[in-house]
Amino acid sequence: MVEVRLRVNGTAREIDVEPQVSLLDALRERLGMTGTKKGCDQGACGACTVLADGERICSCLALAVQYDGREITTIEGVDHPLQAAFTEHDGFQCGYCTPGQICSAIGMLAEHKAGAPSAVTEELDGDGAELTDDEIRERMSGNLCRCGAYNGIVDAVREVAGP
Amino acid sequence: MRPFAYVSARDVESAVEAVAEHPGARFLGGGTNLVDLMREGVERPRTVVDISRLPLTGIEELPDGGLRIGALVRNSRLAADPLVRSRCPVLAQAVLNGASGQLRNMATVGGNLLQRTRCPYFYDTASRCNKREPGAGCDAMEGFSRSAAVLGTSGECIAAHPSDMCVALAALDAVVEVRSVRGTRRVPFGELHRLPGGTPHIETALDGDELITAVELPPLPLAARSRYRKVRDRASYAFALVSVAAALEVRDGAVADVRLALGGVGAKPWRAHEAEALLRGAPAVEESFRRAADAEFAAAEGRSAPTGMPDSRRAADADGQGARAGNEFKIELGRRTVVAVLRRLADEGSGA
Ligand code: FES
Ligand code: FES
Repeated sequence: MVEVRLRVNGTAREIDVEPQVSLLDALRERLGMTGTKKGCDQGACGACTVLADGERICSCLALAVQYDGREITTIEGVDHPLQAAFTEHDGFQCGYCTPGQICSAIGMLAEHKAGAPSAVTEELDGDGAELTDDEIRERMSGNLCRCGAYNGIVDAVREVAGP
Repeated sequence: MRPFAYVSARDVESAVEAVAEHPGARFLGGGTNLVDLMREGVERPRTVVDISRLPLTGIEELPDGGLRIGALVRNSRLAADPLVRSRCPVLAQAVLNGASGQLRNMATVGGNLLQRTRCPYFYDTASRCNKREPGAGCDAMEGFSRSAAVLGTSGECIAAHPSDMCVALAALDAVVEVRSVRGTRRVPFGELHRLPGGTPHIETALDGDELITAVELPPLPLAARSRYRKVRDRASYAFALVSVAAALEVRDGAVADVRLALGGVGAKPWRAHEAEALLRGAPAVEESFRRAADAEFAAAEGRSAPTGMPDSRRAADADGQGARAGNEFKIELGRRTVVAVLRRLADEGSGA
């Protein structure tokens, strides 16, 4: 057992975990926070996306011990215009991918604001591409939606990103 | 996941000591490949030495104008770095074409270099795989080979190296700095990965206790005009069927200098030496590009559909040959992608 201290949504939490326990399982099974979802458990779907010190990661491939001392934000701690926008634009159907989509979009908007390029950014030398639909789709490609709510998701993200 | 002992390393010295002391121990960086393989039971280290807190996170300019990239720089930081973007766009583009936003925030440069060369049969512990279990045989040979390599394969293994970043690093003549209890050494990128031959389970020239500490890029002015193009089954978040990293300098209508490397087609990140040799000094026109691409793929070996595939499935494929399940198509796709990237670089160059 290893003692792991996390700040989860602003609250200090301490847990004892075996080294093989993922951050995802620690959140869901040890802390009872089931908002973060497990889809593939192998980094392929994004359902488990949380923010670690503001950066989006897949919590299924993160060992909890590696995140000792870090600030973790899960959907339970999110209060963001994206949530209303997802409802407004039908950005989901069953809702299983939604916590991951929202956390991912928050991280993505911060990356974009900081000037990070994407694979579809033509001018790498410039200081930030406009957040076109192509940019949104590329930057959100790590989040799959089995219900196929992609058009609504893009609409919601575009609205919140603003002009 | 099989239990293991966990050691969190404070500094490089204690990290290499910890791995040297525990036979079969593995370094853990971002975890995007190792944790996945451990969960599948493909990797079974008894000890994991966590290096994710080591201070190897800088990107610095070297006195000679080259770049030094710390082994624990996250993929997303590397791709966003202003020096990388302006001096070698091919590297930023390659990184951005790999994995997803979440995984790029986790994955490290050193980890990318040491991710396993893999195919679906390597992951499937019910299949035979010489890489997973030396001498067991290879089910990919007669199986679904769409993801497999056509260059540098052996009778033991046809898996393709999956990295995008490594294709750019191969083109850029990177040098890898490696540390162990025996000291520090520098490995030219082209010598880091090994071809499978008769020992596909040995993928690199590094010993198990050696830690990658940095990747250095020599100054290469021509890299300022460089590109990465990736062809894959979906628009994003998929491995390459074929990818091309290239830098091109054209003077008076002729190729003054060129760097070319291929991904998705090689058993290791594939530097296209043959093509480069033919291109240097040749007229910068489509015909030369095509001849160079043909030469590079001359030794390529593709595979058709799995032998046991039902005729109905074969017929469903566009050409009726089961081409989608095989990988023969990569040879012509690879040639055309090389030509397309070189043509684009040449066009951009003549417009400047
Ligand atoms: S559950 Fe983590 S990416 Fe699918
Ligand atoms: S809303 Fe059902 S998976 Fe996305």
